[in-house]
Amino acid sequence: MTLFVAQPISLFSQFNYVVVIVLMMVGLYVVFASRNLIKKLVGLSVFQTSVFLLYITIGKVTGGQPPILVDGHADTGSHSSEVLVAAASNVAAVEAAHGGPAQDVIYSNPLPHVLILTAIVVGVATLAIGLSLTVRIREVYGCIEDDKIEALDFEYNLEGTSE
Amino acid sequence: MHDPHVLLRVVSKFLIPLIALFALYVQFHGDYGPGGGFQAGVILASSVILYALIFGLPAAKLAFPPRWIRIGMTLGVLLYGGTGVFSFILGGEFLNYGVFAHDPSHGQHYGILAVELGVLCTVASVMVAIFYAFGSRQAETSNEDW
Amino acid sequence: MMFSSNAHILPIQILDYGLLAILVVVAFAIVRMRSLFAIVMLQGVYSLVSAAWFVSLDAVDVAFTEAAVGAGVSTVLMLSAMLLADRQSEPVPMSRQIGPLAIVIIAGAAMLYAVGDMPAYGSATSPANSYVGIDYLARTAEEIHIPNVVTAVLASYRGYDTFGETVVIFAAGLGVLLLLGLNGNAGRWDAQPNGQRVSNTSAPTMRNVHSPLESSESPQDASETAKPLKTDVKTKGQNHA
Repeated sequence: MTLFVAQPISLFSQFNYVVVIVLMMVGLYVVFASRNLIKKLVGLSVFQTSVFLLYITIGKVTGGQPPILVDGHADTGSHSSEVLVAAASNVAAVEAAHGGPAQDVIYSNPLPHVLILTAIVVGVATLAIGLSLTVRIREVYGCIEDDKIEALDFEYNLEGTSE
Repeated sequence: MHDPHVLLRVVSKFLIPLIALFALYVQFHGDYGPGGGFQAGVILASSVILYALIFGLPAAKLAFPPRWIRIGMTLGVLLYGGTGVFSFILGGEFLNYGVFAHDPSHGQHYGILAVELGVLCTVASVMVAIFYAFGSRQAETSNEDW
Repeated sequence: MMFSSNAHILPIQILDYGLLAILVVVAFAIVRMRSLFAIVMLQGVYSLVSAAWFVSLDAVDVAFTEAAVGAGVSTVLMLSAMLLADRQSEPVPMSRQIGPLAIVIIAGAAMLYAVGDMPAYGSATSPANSYVGIDYLARTAEEIHIPNVVTAVLASYRGYDTFGETVVIFAAGLGVLLLLGLNGNAGRWDAQPNGQRVSNTSAPTMRNVHSPLESSESPQDASETAKPLKTDVKTKGQNHA
């Protein structure tokens, strides 16, 4: 019975997951329930954007800065180790490693940003593929409601067998 | 002659060069601030799209010929892959930019610049191509249709 | 308050809650709307608001891209696709909405069940923020010497990944050009090797179908195919090539 004992959700510290799940499910519902192909694609992009939100909120560090190093590019390597402090948990480790007080700059995690950055542009490219398929379907079938398209297909198949 | 879009035309004539310039700023300032090839490509494409929306698709196709799209799409991917092959030839691993200069960090600068240029070419060309494809699929929309 | 460590609500968190509320409202409005124009514009609003929230989440590069791509280019694309398709979506009968609703509620409940195990928002000690991301921050200052870590990781450390993404975009562009044509004439003109016509102007599937569901376009298509082929080739084929 311990299987069903979940951790309690704290709406204060985990609100991001709750809201992202709600948004994701709204997008999924639009994809499932709507018949119109363009509306389905809009639902897909809502779903996609909420996945982006999920990734980015995981990478957020409270009190952090955007991952653009404060005086990174002028470094010649001698004192660069002072600015590479990242999350609060690592401050102590960096101090221990370099034997001096680390500069107290906290950056958010850059890795989710990189993953999502490319995903956004790929997302619009795939959206364009979906839209162009929709346009071609509209030109052939005269409608973009998928139940009508199915009915037309069914009718065509019936005629095809009788011939 | 009464032109309902005269304000749009004047303002966008002023804005479009600035948007294209901003795309280049985003491209080459991407190492120091937010930006990079993906964003710059989209912004560059959006300046062409704005031009097409205001002045019509035929005019846009004169300003940014469809031939450039075919070249740009492939050139971008080839530039990116070519950077990798070039580092290969110089004795490093594929896409290891450290071998481009004596100081590895300078090599990284050159490599990132080349790769971002490739991304810019591909993204800008593909975005403009997609817009051209959708835009020229239909007859010209007249002013009364809106 | 019961949360001793972060008992005070930061002003930035009020902003977060506000933006999230807008996102939820816009998402539900998309479900309710039937005018495709309104849906597409709301999708642009949704992208723009989420871009604003990305800034608050320190992801400036992502916010930049989302504002340019999600709110700008994809809205334009959807509008131009809508112009070629329909302006209204048909209402879905209530009986066909129960199944999707049940699936969505079950899936959402399953995910909410798992939320309790996730690290807190903004936690610096969470697994995701402890290992490789921190390593990139440290190495970029030492090895690459450019301030923007996102660019460094994108172009150098994960260069293979970005190469793959570039090829995906290239392939998607090719796909759109194959489906619609750079001049918008794919599927409308016919390939003519040796001067011989190869394919028909309209899709073969629709020629024999005469159902009440059909719109006014299909009879037009049928008459087009019935036309003498030679005139077709001259008027349609050569114009765009």
